[in-house]
Amino acid sequence: MENFSALLRSNDMQPLRFLVVDDSVFARKNLARMVQSFGGRIAGEAGDGSTAITEYGRTRPDIVLMDIIMPCMEGIEAAERIVRHDPDARIVMVSSVGYQENIVAALQKGAKHFVQKPVKPELLYDVIKYVMGSDAVSATPAGAVS
Amino acid sequence: MKLEIIQPFINAADAVLGHNLHCSTRVDQLSMDTHAYRKHGIAATVTLYGDVEGRIVLDLDPETARKMALSVSSDNVDAMVNEVVCELANQVIGNAVTVLNDSGYRFRVQPPQITSTEQVPMCTTDVEALVMKFETSSGPVFMNIALRGRKEFAAD
Repeated sequence: MENFSALLRSNDMQPLRFLVVDDSVFARKNLARMVQSFGGRIAGEAGDGSTAITEYGRTRPDIVLMDIIMPCMEGIEAAERIVRHDPDARIVMVSSVGYQENIVAALQKGAKHFVQKPVKPELLYDVIKYVMGSDAVSATPAGAVS
Repeated sequence: MKLEIIQPFINAADAVLGHNLHCSTRVDQLSMDTHAYRKHGIAATVTLYGDVEGRIVLDLDPETARKMALSVSSDNVDAMVNEVVCELANQVIGNAVTVLNDSGYRFRVQPPQITSTEQVPMCTTDVEALVMKFETSSGPVFMNIALRGRKEFAAD
């Protein structure tokens, strides 16, 4: 996988912490691998929207990568509930279903961005940088970060 | 089956397989069939209801699925191969649904289910299935599409 400059939190220069939410273990591991190539750390994982809310409260990640279609509670509803409790939550929807109604609904409920599967690492990297804004800085290549 | 309904699935399969298997793909075989689909490897079936109805089967060589699983984790690889096939089916159907939805088709999609039997029956007796074999450097991938638009039902 391509080497990316590590993204660090600008306030303490620590790696960004991610909560990865997807009902597919394979999809979660794939996203986790990408995130780690950006120098990020996995704060938690969840396989449905309900668990995602619990995990968000427990881990307080910098970014949530959230699938849409999941059992128990879908991603858009989970995003809405997370943002209701934490308006500063940064949630990026990651789904194979990317039609306009879905994207608009997710953004209206508080998601910051949308990435369609299959995920291109370079696109996800740019989206994370955009969503973090001045709260993240690029450091040395990810592999050089301890 | 209308081409405007089928084409998004073919385009999506080409794009999703190329991306995930990190290789180019080409359609090696293309045929129509009215019989139940006999799977070659690990097959996931997705059912659609609404303006477009029917089912799609994505069928992957087990070794190809295993390689994909190994590419993301070395833990529980055997348990993850089914997840690989379901996620690929999810991406193919999701990408195609996106195109069809933006073209005005409305329908619901059931999550992919791994097919435990050797054969996947046709959803109705009067739909021909499009059978495709994609050749990739990671091995062959089969897709069986048996769909039709609701307007076609109404015209019958």
